[in-house]
Amino acid sequence: MTTRKEMNSQMNNSKAAPSEQKSWIPAILIVVAIAYVSLVLYIPALNVFIQAFSKGVGPFFANLTRPEFLHAVQLTVMLAAIALPLNTVFGLCAAWALTRHRFPGRAFVLSLIDLPFSISPVVAGLMIVLLYGRQGWFGGWLQEHGLNIIFAFPGMVLATAFVSMPFVAREVIPVLEELGSDQEEAAKTLGANDWQIFWRVTLPNIRWGLLYGLILTNARAMGEFGAVSVVSGNISGKTQSLPLFVEDAYKQYETEAAYSAAVLLALLAVVTLVLKEILERRTRIKDVE
Amino acid sequence: MAVSPASRFGFRNSSVAQKLWQWLFHMPWTWRITLGYLTVMLFVPIAAMFLKASTEGPVNFWRIATSPVALATYNVTFVTSILAALMNGLFGTLIAWVLVRYKFPFKRLIDASIDLPFALPTSVAGLTLATVYSNNGWIGSLLAPLGIKVSFTRLGVWVAMIFISLPFVVRTVQPVMQEMEREIEEAAWSLGANQWQTFRRVILPPLFPAILTGVALGFSRAVGEYGSTVIISSNTPFRDLIAPVLIFQRLEQYDYSGATVIGTVLLLISLVLLLLINLLQAWGRRYDD
Repeated sequence: MTTRKEMNSQMNNSKAAPSEQKSWIPAILIVVAIAYVSLVLYIPALNVFIQAFSKGVGPFFANLTRPEFLHAVQLTVMLAAIALPLNTVFGLCAAWALTRHRFPGRAFVLSLIDLPFSISPVVAGLMIVLLYGRQGWFGGWLQEHGLNIIFAFPGMVLATAFVSMPFVAREVIPVLEELGSDQEEAAKTLGANDWQIFWRVTLPNIRWGLLYGLILTNARAMGEFGAVSVVSGNISGKTQSLPLFVEDAYKQYETEAAYSAAVLLALLAVVTLVLKEILERRTRIKDVE
Repeated sequence: MAVSPASRFGFRNSSVAQKLWQWLFHMPWTWRITLGYLTVMLFVPIAAMFLKASTEGPVNFWRIATSPVALATYNVTFVTSILAALMNGLFGTLIAWVLVRYKFPFKRLIDASIDLPFALPTSVAGLTLATVYSNNGWIGSLLAPLGIKVSFTRLGVWVAMIFISLPFVVRTVQPVMQEMEREIEEAAWSLGANQWQTFRRVILPPLFPAILTGVALGFSRAVGEYGSTVIISSNTPFRDLIAPVLIFQRLEQYDYSGATVIGTVLLLISLVLLLLINLLQAWGRRYDD
Protein backbone atom coordinates (compact mmCIF):
# COMPACT_ATOMS: atom_id res chain seq x y z
CA MET A 1 0.00 0.00 0.00
CA THR A 2 1.39 3.38 -0.87
CA THR A 3 1.66 5.77 1.94
CA ARG A 4 0.78 9.41 1.72
CA LYS A 5 4.46 10.25 1.90
CA GLU A 6 5.31 8.08 -1.05
CA MET A 7 2.53 9.61 -3.08
CA ASN A 8 3.83 13.02 -2.23
CA SER A 9 7.31 12.15 -3.35
CA GLN A 10 5.93 10.74 -6.60
CA MET A 11 4.09 13.96 -7.22
CA ASN A 12 7.19 15.91 -6.49
CA ASN A 13 9.11 13.84 -8.99
CA SER A 14 6.60 14.57 -11.69
CA LYS A 15 6.88 18.25 -10.92
CA ALA A 16 10.62 18.26 -11.12
CA ALA A 17 10.87 16.69 -14.54
CA PRO A 18 7.73 17.50 -16.51
CA SER A 19 9.18 16.72 -19.91
CA GLU A 20 10.20 13.15 -19.12
CA GLN A 21 7.07 12.29 -17.17
CA LYS A 22 3.78 11.74 -18.97
CA SER A 23 5.36 11.47 -22.39
CA TRP A 24 2.17 9.84 -23.60
CA ILE A 25 0.28 13.11 -23.39
CA PRO A 26 1.85 14.64 -26.54
CA ALA A 27 1.30 11.38 -28.42
CA ILE A 28 -2.40 11.29 -27.50
CA LEU A 29 -2.90 14.96 -28.35
CA ILE A 30 -1.23 14.49 -31.74
CA VAL A 31 -3.38 11.45 -32.52
CA VAL A 32 -6.59 13.24 -31.50
CA ALA A 33 -5.68 16.31 -33.57
CA ILE A 34 -4.88 14.24 -36.65
CA ALA A 35 -8.01 12.13 -36.22
CA TYR A 36 -10.19 15.26 -36.06
CA VAL A 37 -8.56 16.87 -39.08
CA SER A 38 -8.87 13.57 -40.98
CA LEU A 39 -12.59 13.21 -40.25
CA VAL A 40 -13.33 16.79 -41.20
CA LEU A 41 -10.79 17.55 -43.95
CA TYR A 42 -8.68 14.72 -45.34
CA ILE A 43 -11.22 11.96 -45.85
CA PRO A 44 -13.67 14.31 -47.65
CA ALA A 45 -10.82 15.81 -49.72
CA LEU A 46 -9.53 12.37 -50.71
CA ASN A 47 -13.07 11.33 -51.60
CA VAL A 48 -13.26 14.04 -54.31
CA PHE A 49 -10.37 12.49 -56.23
CA ILE A 50 -11.44 8.88 -55.75
CA GLN A 51 -15.03 9.52 -56.81
CA ALA A 52 -13.93 11.45 -59.90
CA PHE A 53 -11.79 8.56 -61.12
CA SER A 54 -13.98 5.74 -59.75
CA LYS A 55 -14.82 4.51 -63.25
CA GLY A 56 -11.42 5.22 -64.71
CA VAL A 57 -9.96 8.10 -66.63
CA GLY A 58 -12.17 7.63 -69.71
CA PRO A 59 -15.52 8.79 -68.27
CA PHE A 60 -13.68 11.54 -66.42
CA PHE A 61 -12.40 13.09 -69.65
CA ALA A 62 -15.72 12.47 -71.37
CA ASN A 63 -17.34 14.59 -68.69
CA LEU A 64 -14.74 17.28 -69.08
CA THR A 65 -15.43 17.74 -72.79
CA ARG A 66 -19.17 18.32 -72.40
CA PRO A 67 -20.13 21.73 -73.85
CA GLU A 68 -21.95 22.90 -70.67
CA PHE A 69 -18.88 22.05 -68.70
CA LEU A 70 -16.50 23.88 -71.02
CA HIS A 71 -18.80 26.89 -70.94
CA ALA A 72 -18.77 26.81 -67.14
CA VAL A 73 -14.97 26.77 -67.09
CA GLN A 74 -14.82 29.67 -69.51
CA LEU A 75 -17.31 31.67 -67.46
CA THR A 76 -15.44 31.02 -64.21
CA VAL A 77 -12.16 32.17 -65.72
CA MET A 78 -13.81 35.31 -67.11
CA LEU A 79 -15.38 36.16 -63.75
CA ALA A 80 -12.01 35.92 -62.03
CA ALA A 81 -10.30 37.84 -64.86
CA ILE A 82 -12.62 40.82 -64.29
CA ALA A 83 -12.90 40.70 -60.49
CA LEU A 84 -9.15 40.36 -59.99
CA PRO A 85 -7.97 43.67 -61.54
CA LEU A 86 -10.93 45.58 -60.07
CA ASN A 87 -10.19 44.40 -56.55
CA THR A 88 -6.45 44.87 -57.00
CA VAL A 89 -6.82 48.54 -57.92
CA PHE A 90 -9.26 49.06 -55.07
CA GLY A 91 -7.16 47.08 -52.60
CA LEU A 92 -3.96 48.99 -53.40
CA CYS A 93 -5.69 52.38 -53.22
CA ALA A 94 -7.44 51.50 -49.97
CA ALA A 95 -4.25 50.15 -48.42
CA TRP A 96 -2.31 53.25 -49.43
CA ALA A 97 -5.01 55.63 -48.26
CA LEU A 98 -5.45 53.91 -44.92
CA THR A 99 -1.80 53.44 -44.02
CA ARG A 100 -0.42 56.79 -45.19
CA HIS A 101 -3.05 58.95 -43.50
CA ARG A 102 -4.18 59.10 -39.92
CA PHE A 103 -7.71 60.40 -39.43
CA PRO A 104 -10.57 59.95 -37.00
CA GLY A 105 -12.62 56.87 -37.78
CA ARG A 106 -9.73 55.07 -39.47
CA ALA A 107 -10.32 51.90 -37.45
CA PHE A 108 -13.96 52.01 -38.50
CA VAL A 109 -13.08 52.19 -42.21
CA LEU A 110 -10.59 49.35 -41.72
CA SER A 111 -13.28 47.09 -40.33
CA LEU A 112 -15.71 48.21 -43.06
CA ILE A 113 -13.36 46.72 -45.63
CA ASP A 114 -13.77 43.33 -43.96
CA LEU A 115 -17.54 43.57 -44.14
CA PRO A 116 -17.99 41.46 -47.31
CA PHE A 117 -16.47 38.54 -45.39
CA SER A 118 -18.97 38.72 -42.58
CA ILE A 119 -22.01 39.27 -44.80
CA SER A 120 -23.61 36.01 -45.88
CA PRO A 121 -23.04 35.40 -49.60
CA VAL A 122 -26.78 34.94 -50.07
CA VAL A 123 -27.42 38.34 -48.49
CA ALA A 124 -24.74 39.82 -50.78
CA GLY A 125 -26.55 38.37 -53.78
CA LEU A 126 -29.88 39.63 -52.45
CA MET A 127 -28.53 43.17 -52.14
CA ILE A 128 -27.46 43.10 -55.79
CA VAL A 129 -30.91 41.82 -56.79
CA LEU A 130 -32.55 44.64 -54.80
CA LEU A 131 -30.45 47.18 -56.73
CA TYR A 132 -30.46 45.87 -60.26
CA GLY A 133 -33.35 43.40 -60.33
CA ARG A 134 -36.65 43.99 -62.07
CA GLN A 135 -38.16 45.64 -58.99
CA GLY A 136 -34.87 47.11 -57.84
CA TRP A 137 -33.70 50.73 -57.56
CA PHE A 138 -32.12 50.79 -61.02
CA GLY A 139 -34.40 48.09 -62.44
CA GLY A 140 -36.70 50.45 -64.33
CA TRP A 141 -33.88 52.44 -65.88
CA LEU A 142 -32.03 49.29 -66.89
CA GLN A 143 -35.12 47.83 -68.50
CA GLU A 144 -35.71 51.01 -70.51
CA HIS A 145 -32.22 50.73 -71.88
CA GLY A 146 -32.50 46.98 -72.48
CA LEU A 147 -29.73 46.10 -70.05
CA ASN A 148 -29.75 42.85 -68.12
CA ILE A 149 -27.70 42.56 -64.98
CA ILE A 150 -29.59 40.02 -62.91
CA PHE A 151 -29.68 36.51 -64.38
CA ALA A 152 -26.83 37.61 -66.64
CA PHE A 153 -23.06 37.96 -66.69
CA PRO A 154 -22.75 41.51 -65.21
CA GLY A 155 -24.61 40.48 -62.07
CA MET A 156 -22.29 37.52 -61.63
CA VAL A 157 -19.30 39.86 -61.99
CA LEU A 158 -20.73 42.17 -59.31
CA ALA A 159 -21.33 39.25 -56.93
CA THR A 160 -17.85 37.84 -57.53
CA ALA A 161 -16.17 41.21 -57.05
CA PHE A 162 -18.16 41.79 -53.86
CA VAL A 163 -17.21 38.58 -52.09
CA SER A 164 -13.53 38.75 -53.08
CA MET A 165 -13.17 42.47 -52.37
CA PRO A 166 -11.17 42.58 -49.09
CA PHE A 167 -8.29 40.16 -49.78
CA VAL A 168 -5.77 42.46 -51.50
CA ALA A 169 -6.34 45.36 -49.09
CA ARG A 170 -6.12 43.03 -46.14
CA GLU A 171 -2.81 41.46 -47.17
CA VAL A 172 -1.17 44.72 -48.29
CA ILE A 173 -2.18 46.92 -45.31
CA PRO A 174 0.01 45.16 -42.70
CA VAL A 175 3.00 45.12 -45.08
CA LEU A 176 2.68 48.82 -45.83
CA GLU A 177 2.23 49.58 -42.17
CA GLU A 178 5.38 47.75 -41.20
CA LEU A 179 7.34 49.32 -44.05
CA GLY A 180 6.75 52.89 -42.93
CA SER A 181 6.99 55.78 -45.35
CA ASP A 182 10.69 56.66 -44.99
CA GLN A 183 11.76 55.23 -48.33
CA GLU A 184 8.86 56.89 -50.13
CA GLU A 185 9.67 60.26 -48.58
CA ALA A 186 13.30 59.86 -49.53
CA ALA A 187 12.28 59.18 -53.12
CA LYS A 188 10.04 62.23 -53.05
CA THR A 189 12.82 64.56 -51.88
CA LEU A 190 14.98 63.16 -54.67
CA GLY A 191 12.34 64.36 -57.13
CA ALA A 192 10.35 61.22 -57.97
CA ASN A 193 6.68 61.70 -58.83
CA ASP A 194 3.86 59.67 -57.24
CA TRP A 195 3.76 57.11 -59.99
CA GLN A 196 7.53 56.59 -59.92
CA ILE A 197 7.44 56.21 -56.15
CA PHE A 198 4.74 53.57 -56.37
CA TRP A 199 6.38 51.68 -59.20
CA ARG A 200 10.01 51.82 -58.05
CA VAL A 201 9.76 51.95 -54.25
CA THR A 202 6.43 50.72 -52.91
CA LEU A 203 5.58 47.92 -55.31
CA PRO A 204 8.87 45.99 -54.95
CA ASN A 205 8.46 46.14 -51.20
CA ILE A 206 4.88 44.89 -51.10
CA ARG A 207 5.10 42.40 -53.96
CA TRP A 208 4.79 39.22 -51.87
CA GLY A 209 1.90 40.53 -49.84
CA LEU A 210 0.19 41.69 -53.02
CA LEU A 211 0.75 38.34 -54.72
CA TYR A 212 -0.66 36.56 -51.69
CA GLY A 213 -3.76 38.78 -51.84
CA LEU A 214 -4.12 38.09 -55.56
CA ILE A 215 -3.99 34.31 -55.07
CA LEU A 216 -6.66 34.43 -52.37
CA THR A 217 -8.82 36.79 -54.46
CA ASN A 218 -8.56 34.45 -57.41
CA ALA A 219 -9.45 31.37 -55.34
CA ARG A 220 -12.50 33.04 -53.85
CA ALA A 221 -13.57 34.53 -57.20
CA MET A 222 -13.38 31.18 -58.98
CA GLY A 223 -14.96 29.24 -56.13
CA GLU A 224 -17.80 31.53 -55.06
CA PHE A 225 -21.12 29.77 -55.01
CA GLY A 226 -23.73 31.48 -52.81
CA ALA A 227 -23.69 35.06 -54.07
CA VAL A 228 -23.26 34.06 -57.71
CA SER A 229 -26.00 31.48 -57.37
CA VAL A 230 -28.53 34.12 -56.22
CA VAL A 231 -27.91 36.52 -59.11
CA SER A 232 -27.15 34.11 -61.95
CA GLY A 233 -30.37 32.14 -62.34
CA ASN A 234 -28.12 29.11 -62.89
CA ILE A 235 -28.95 28.47 -66.56
CA SER A 236 -26.86 25.59 -67.86
CA GLY A 237 -24.54 26.64 -70.68
CA LYS A 238 -25.38 30.32 -70.13
CA THR A 239 -24.98 31.64 -66.61
CA GLN A 240 -23.49 28.61 -64.92
CA SER A 241 -20.04 28.92 -63.40
CA LEU A 242 -18.03 25.88 -62.33
CA PRO A 243 -19.20 25.77 -58.68
CA LEU A 244 -22.81 26.08 -59.87
CA PHE A 245 -22.19 23.29 -62.37
CA VAL A 246 -21.08 21.04 -59.49
CA GLU A 247 -24.30 21.59 -57.55
CA ASP A 248 -26.55 21.34 -60.61
CA ALA A 249 -24.97 18.07 -61.77
CA TYR A 250 -25.28 16.66 -58.25
CA LYS A 251 -28.96 17.60 -58.08
CA GLN A 252 -29.61 15.94 -61.46
CA TYR A 253 -28.05 12.74 -60.06
CA GLU A 254 -25.10 13.07 -62.44
CA THR A 255 -22.74 12.47 -59.56
CA GLU A 256 -19.80 11.64 -61.80
CA ALA A 257 -20.07 14.85 -63.78
CA ALA A 258 -20.28 16.72 -60.48
CA TYR A 259 -17.10 15.07 -59.24
CA SER A 260 -15.24 15.63 -62.49
CA ALA A 261 -15.84 19.36 -62.12
CA ALA A 262 -15.16 19.17 -58.38
CA VAL A 263 -11.71 17.72 -59.07
CA LEU A 264 -10.78 20.78 -61.12
CA LEU A 265 -11.91 23.09 -58.32
CA ALA A 266 -10.11 20.96 -55.73
CA LEU A 267 -6.93 21.22 -57.79
CA LEU A 268 -7.38 24.97 -57.85
CA ALA A 269 -7.57 24.83 -54.04
CA VAL A 270 -4.42 22.69 -53.83
CA VAL A 271 -2.50 25.07 -56.12
CA THR A 272 -3.71 27.98 -53.99
CA LEU A 273 -2.48 26.33 -50.81
CA VAL A 274 0.91 25.43 -52.32
CA LEU A 275 1.50 28.97 -53.62
CA LYS A 276 0.38 30.38 -50.30
CA GLU A 277 2.85 28.18 -48.45
CA ILE A 278 5.69 29.19 -50.79
CA LEU A 279 4.92 32.88 -50.32
CA GLU A 280 4.64 32.51 -46.56
CA ARG A 281 8.00 30.79 -46.42
CA ARG A 282 9.56 33.57 -48.48
CA THR A 283 8.27 36.33 -46.24
CA ARG A 284 9.28 34.35 -43.15
CA ILE A 285 12.86 34.03 -44.46
CA LYS A 286 12.89 37.76 -45.05
CA ASP A 287 11.77 38.30 -41.45
CA VAL A 288 14.60 36.21 -40.11
CA GLU A 289 17.17 38.12 -42.17
CA MET B 1 -20.97 89.80 -39.18
CA ALA B 2 -20.16 87.22 -41.79
CA VAL B 3 -21.54 83.79 -41.08
CA SER B 4 -19.34 80.98 -42.33
CA PRO B 5 -21.13 78.11 -44.08
CA ALA B 6 -19.89 75.70 -41.46
CA SER B 7 -21.42 77.50 -38.48
CA ARG B 8 -24.65 77.97 -40.40
CA PHE B 9 -24.96 74.18 -40.50
CA GLY B 10 -24.60 74.19 -36.75
CA PHE B 11 -21.02 73.01 -36.41
CA ARG B 12 -19.59 74.22 -33.11
CA ASN B 13 -16.02 73.77 -34.19
CA SER B 14 -15.90 75.45 -37.57
CA SER B 15 -12.27 74.57 -38.23
CA VAL B 16 -13.05 70.85 -38.17
CA ALA B 17 -15.87 71.36 -40.63
CA GLN B 18 -13.68 73.45 -42.89
CA LYS B 19 -10.98 70.80 -42.79
CA LEU B 20 -13.52 68.14 -43.73
CA TRP B 21 -14.80 70.36 -46.52
CA GLN B 22 -11.32 71.00 -47.86
CA TRP B 23 -10.38 67.38 -47.57
CA LEU B 24 -13.43 66.32 -49.58
CA PHE B 25 -12.47 68.73 -52.35
CA HIS B 26 -8.75 68.07 -52.48
CA MET B 27 -8.92 64.33 -52.04
CA PRO B 28 -6.04 62.37 -53.54
CA TRP B 29 -7.13 60.04 -56.31
CA THR B 30 -6.37 56.97 -54.17
CA TRP B 31 -9.08 58.16 -51.80
CA ARG B 32 -11.49 58.82 -54.64
CA ILE B 33 -11.08 55.27 -55.94
CA THR B 34 -11.34 53.73 -52.47
CA LEU B 35 -14.45 55.66 -51.47
CA GLY B 36 -15.99 55.38 -54.93
CA TYR B 37 -15.58 51.60 -55.05
CA LEU B 38 -16.81 51.19 -51.48
CA THR B 39 -19.84 53.34 -52.26
CA VAL B 40 -20.83 51.44 -55.38
CA MET B 41 -20.03 47.96 -54.07
CA LEU B 42 -20.86 48.21 -50.38
CA PHE B 43 -22.68 51.34 -49.18
CA VAL B 44 -25.33 51.58 -51.90
CA PRO B 45 -26.25 47.85 -51.77
CA ILE B 46 -26.52 47.93 -47.97
CA ALA B 47 -28.58 51.12 -48.14
CA ALA B 48 -30.85 49.52 -50.74
CA MET B 49 -31.38 46.57 -48.45
CA PHE B 50 -32.22 48.65 -45.36
CA LEU B 51 -34.49 51.00 -47.32
CA LYS B 52 -36.35 48.09 -48.87
CA ALA B 53 -36.74 46.55 -45.43
CA SER B 54 -37.97 49.85 -43.97
CA THR B 55 -40.78 50.09 -46.54
CA GLU B 56 -42.34 47.07 -44.83
CA GLY B 57 -43.15 49.01 -41.67
CA PRO B 58 -42.25 47.74 -38.21
CA VAL B 59 -45.37 45.63 -37.68
CA ASN B 60 -45.06 43.78 -40.96
CA PHE B 61 -41.30 43.47 -40.56
CA TRP B 62 -41.74 41.87 -37.16
CA ARG B 63 -44.46 39.55 -38.48
CA ILE B 64 -42.26 38.25 -41.31
CA ALA B 65 -39.09 38.15 -39.22
CA THR B 66 -40.75 36.09 -36.50
CA SER B 67 -42.95 33.82 -38.61
CA PRO B 68 -42.76 30.18 -37.47
CA VAL B 69 -40.69 29.10 -40.51
CA ALA B 70 -38.25 31.95 -39.99
CA LEU B 71 -37.91 31.20 -36.27
CA ALA B 72 -37.23 27.55 -37.05
CA THR B 73 -34.48 28.52 -39.51
CA TYR B 74 -32.87 30.87 -36.96
CA ASN B 75 -32.90 27.99 -34.51
CA VAL B 76 -31.17 25.66 -36.97
CA THR B 77 -28.74 28.34 -38.20
CA PHE B 78 -27.64 29.88 -34.92
CA VAL B 79 -27.75 26.88 -32.61
CA THR B 80 -25.92 24.67 -35.12
CA SER B 81 -23.38 27.41 -35.91
CA ILE B 82 -22.55 28.01 -32.27
CA LEU B 83 -22.20 24.27 -31.67
CA ALA B 84 -19.87 23.99 -34.67
CA ALA B 85 -17.85 27.02 -33.56
CA LEU B 86 -17.49 25.67 -30.00
CA MET B 87 -16.42 22.28 -31.33
CA ASN B 88 -13.73 24.02 -33.35
CA GLY B 89 -12.86 26.18 -30.35
CA LEU B 90 -11.94 23.01 -28.48
CA PHE B 91 -10.28 21.04 -31.28
CA GLY B 92 -8.83 24.11 -33.02
CA THR B 93 -6.98 25.04 -29.84
CA LEU B 94 -5.76 21.46 -29.56
CA ILE B 95 -4.56 21.44 -33.18
CA ALA B 96 -2.79 24.77 -32.74
CA TRP B 97 -1.12 23.46 -29.58
CA VAL B 98 0.05 20.29 -31.31
CA LEU B 99 1.36 22.26 -34.29
CA VAL B 100 3.23 24.80 -32.16
CA ARG B 101 4.66 22.57 -29.44
CA TYR B 102 5.32 19.08 -30.80
CA LYS B 103 7.38 17.56 -33.58
CA PHE B 104 5.88 14.76 -35.67
CA PRO B 105 5.98 13.52 -39.27
CA PHE B 106 4.10 15.53 -41.96
CA LYS B 107 3.68 18.45 -39.56
CA ARG B 108 4.31 21.09 -42.23
CA LEU B 109 1.87 19.41 -44.59
CA ILE B 110 -0.83 19.27 -41.93
CA ASP B 111 -0.19 22.87 -40.97
CA ALA B 112 -0.57 24.00 -44.58
CA SER B 113 -3.70 21.90 -45.13
CA ILE B 114 -5.62 23.58 -42.29
CA ASP B 115 -6.44 26.41 -44.73
CA LEU B 116 -8.11 23.99 -47.15
CA PRO B 117 -11.66 25.15 -46.25
CA PHE B 118 -10.69 28.71 -47.28
CA ALA B 119 -9.41 27.53 -50.64
CA LEU B 120 -11.89 24.78 -51.50
CA PRO B 121 -15.10 26.08 -53.13
CA THR B 122 -18.05 25.53 -50.83
CA SER B 123 -20.07 23.57 -53.38
CA VAL B 124 -17.25 21.03 -53.63
CA ALA B 125 -17.09 20.82 -49.84
CA GLY B 126 -20.85 20.24 -49.65
CA LEU B 127 -20.76 17.62 -52.41
CA THR B 128 -17.98 15.55 -50.89
CA LEU B 129 -19.20 15.87 -47.28
CA ALA B 130 -22.68 14.77 -48.37
CA THR B 131 -21.15 11.70 -50.03
CA VAL B 132 -18.71 10.77 -47.26
CA TYR B 133 -21.32 11.18 -44.52
CA SER B 134 -24.24 9.63 -46.42
CA ASN B 135 -25.60 6.24 -45.32
CA ASN B 136 -23.39 4.38 -47.78
CA GLY B 137 -20.43 6.76 -47.63
CA TRP B 138 -17.04 6.06 -46.03
CA ILE B 139 -17.88 7.53 -42.65
CA GLY B 140 -21.68 7.54 -42.83
CA SER B 141 -21.80 3.76 -43.33
CA LEU B 142 -19.96 3.32 -40.03
CA LEU B 143 -22.44 5.58 -38.25
CA ALA B 144 -25.60 4.19 -39.89
CA PRO B 145 -25.67 0.91 -37.87
CA LEU B 146 -25.61 3.06 -34.73
CA GLY B 147 -28.74 4.80 -35.97
CA ILE B 148 -26.89 8.04 -36.69
CA LYS B 149 -27.88 9.69 -39.94
CA VAL B 150 -25.67 12.63 -40.92
CA SER B 151 -26.28 13.68 -44.52
CA PHE B 152 -29.65 15.35 -45.13
CA THR B 153 -30.16 16.02 -41.43
CA ARG B 154 -29.28 18.79 -39.03
CA LEU B 155 -26.21 16.80 -38.02
CA GLY B 156 -24.98 17.13 -41.61
CA VAL B 157 -25.42 20.91 -41.47
CA TRP B 158 -23.32 20.84 -38.31
CA VAL B 159 -20.56 18.82 -40.02
CA ALA B 160 -20.49 21.24 -42.97
CA MET B 161 -20.28 24.20 -40.60
CA ILE B 162 -17.43 22.54 -38.72
CA PHE B 163 -15.61 22.07 -42.02
CA ILE B 164 -15.87 25.67 -43.20
CA SER B 165 -15.07 27.25 -39.82
CA LEU B 166 -12.16 24.98 -38.85
CA PRO B 167 -9.26 27.31 -39.85
CA PHE B 168 -10.45 30.33 -37.86
CA VAL B 169 -9.60 29.15 -34.34
CA VAL B 170 -6.35 27.46 -35.40
CA ARG B 171 -5.14 30.55 -37.26
CA THR B 172 -6.03 33.04 -34.53
CA VAL B 173 -4.62 30.95 -31.66
CA GLN B 174 -1.41 29.76 -33.38
CA PRO B 175 0.49 33.08 -33.49
CA VAL B 176 -0.41 33.90 -29.87
CA MET B 177 0.84 30.48 -28.77
CA GLN B 178 4.05 30.91 -30.74
CA GLU B 179 4.84 34.15 -28.97
CA MET B 180 4.18 32.83 -25.50
CA GLU B 181 7.31 32.57 -23.43
CA ARG B 182 8.18 29.11 -22.21
CA GLU B 183 10.01 30.60 -19.21
CA ILE B 184 6.74 31.56 -17.54
CA GLU B 185 5.52 27.98 -17.77
CA GLU B 186 8.80 26.68 -16.44
CA ALA B 187 8.56 29.16 -13.57
CA ALA B 188 5.10 27.77 -12.77
CA TRP B 189 6.50 24.25 -12.85
CA SER B 190 9.36 25.08 -10.55
CA LEU B 191 6.96 26.74 -8.16
CA GLY B 192 5.15 23.42 -7.90
CA ALA B 193 2.17 23.75 -10.20
CA ASN B 194 1.06 20.56 -11.92
CA GLN B 195 0.36 20.27 -15.64
CA TRP B 196 -3.32 21.06 -15.36
CA GLN B 197 -2.72 24.04 -13.07
CA THR B 198 -0.06 25.40 -15.40
CA PHE B 199 -2.40 25.05 -18.34
CA ARG B 200 -5.35 26.64 -16.59
CA ARG B 201 -3.56 29.45 -14.77
CA VAL B 202 -0.60 30.28 -17.04
CA ILE B 203 -1.26 29.14 -20.59
CA LEU B 204 -4.99 29.64 -20.96
CA PRO B 205 -5.47 33.28 -19.81
CA PRO B 206 -3.42 34.92 -22.60
CA LEU B 207 -4.89 32.46 -25.14
CA PHE B 208 -8.48 32.97 -24.12
CA PRO B 209 -9.17 36.18 -26.11
CA ALA B 210 -7.67 34.57 -29.22
CA ILE B 211 -9.80 31.43 -28.77
CA LEU B 212 -12.93 33.53 -28.32
CA THR B 213 -12.08 35.63 -31.37
CA GLY B 214 -11.60 32.47 -33.41
CA VAL B 215 -14.90 31.05 -32.19
CA ALA B 216 -16.68 34.30 -33.04
CA LEU B 217 -15.11 34.39 -36.52
CA GLY B 218 -16.06 30.77 -37.12
CA PHE B 219 -19.57 31.38 -35.85
CA SER B 220 -19.98 34.40 -38.09
CA ARG B 221 -18.81 32.41 -41.11
CA ALA B 222 -21.04 29.44 -40.25
CA VAL B 223 -24.14 31.64 -39.86
CA GLY B 224 -23.73 33.00 -43.39
CA GLU B 225 -22.63 29.76 -45.01
CA TYR B 226 -24.69 28.65 -47.97
CA GLY B 227 -22.88 26.47 -50.53
CA SER B 228 -21.85 23.50 -48.43
CA THR B 229 -24.88 23.52 -46.14
CA VAL B 230 -27.47 23.70 -48.93
CA ILE B 231 -26.02 20.56 -50.51
CA ILE B 232 -25.66 18.44 -47.36
CA SER B 233 -29.03 19.49 -45.91
CA SER B 234 -32.39 18.18 -47.07
CA ASN B 235 -33.66 21.80 -46.77
CA THR B 236 -36.85 20.71 -45.03
CA PRO B 237 -38.55 23.53 -43.09
CA PHE B 238 -38.59 23.02 -39.30
CA ARG B 239 -35.93 20.30 -39.57
CA ASP B 240 -32.72 21.37 -41.23
CA LEU B 241 -33.56 24.46 -43.25
CA ILE B 242 -31.06 27.26 -42.60
CA ALA B 243 -31.76 31.00 -42.89
CA PRO B 244 -29.65 31.67 -46.03
CA VAL B 245 -31.51 28.91 -47.87
CA LEU B 246 -34.84 30.38 -46.75
CA ILE B 247 -33.79 33.73 -48.27
CA PHE B 248 -32.96 31.95 -51.49
CA GLN B 249 -36.32 30.15 -51.54
CA ARG B 250 -38.19 33.41 -50.90
CA LEU B 251 -36.38 35.00 -53.84
CA GLU B 252 -37.24 32.07 -56.08
CA GLN B 253 -40.91 32.62 -55.21
CA TYR B 254 -40.46 36.33 -56.06
CA ASP B 255 -41.27 37.14 -52.43
CA TYR B 256 -38.86 40.06 -52.28
CA SER B 257 -40.11 41.46 -49.00
CA GLY B 258 -39.82 38.06 -47.28
CA ALA B 259 -36.26 37.66 -48.57
CA THR B 260 -35.34 41.23 -47.61
CA VAL B 261 -36.65 40.99 -44.05
CA ILE B 262 -34.81 37.76 -43.29
CA GLY B 263 -31.75 39.07 -45.13
CA THR B 264 -31.83 42.22 -42.98
CA VAL B 265 -32.00 40.13 -39.82
CA LEU B 266 -28.94 38.17 -40.95
CA LEU B 267 -27.11 41.35 -41.99
CA LEU B 268 -27.77 43.01 -38.64
CA ILE B 269 -26.50 39.94 -36.84
CA SER B 270 -23.31 39.88 -38.90
CA LEU B 271 -22.77 43.57 -38.14
CA VAL B 272 -23.15 42.90 -34.42
CA LEU B 273 -20.74 39.96 -34.71
CA LEU B 274 -18.21 42.11 -36.57
CA LEU B 275 -18.35 44.66 -33.75
CA LEU B 276 -17.97 41.90 -31.18
CA ILE B 277 -14.95 40.45 -33.01
CA ASN B 278 -13.29 43.88 -33.11
CA LEU B 279 -13.84 44.29 -29.38
CA LEU B 280 -12.46 40.81 -28.72
CA GLN B 281 -9.38 41.58 -30.79
CA ALA B 282 -8.82 44.80 -28.86
CA TRP B 283 -9.17 42.80 -25.65
CA GLY B 284 -6.60 40.29 -26.89
CA ARG B 285 -4.08 43.04 -27.62
CA ARG B 286 -3.98 44.12 -23.98
CA TYR B 287 -1.27 41.50 -23.44
CA ASP B 288 0.94 43.04 -26.12
CA ASP B 289 2.52 45.75 -24.02
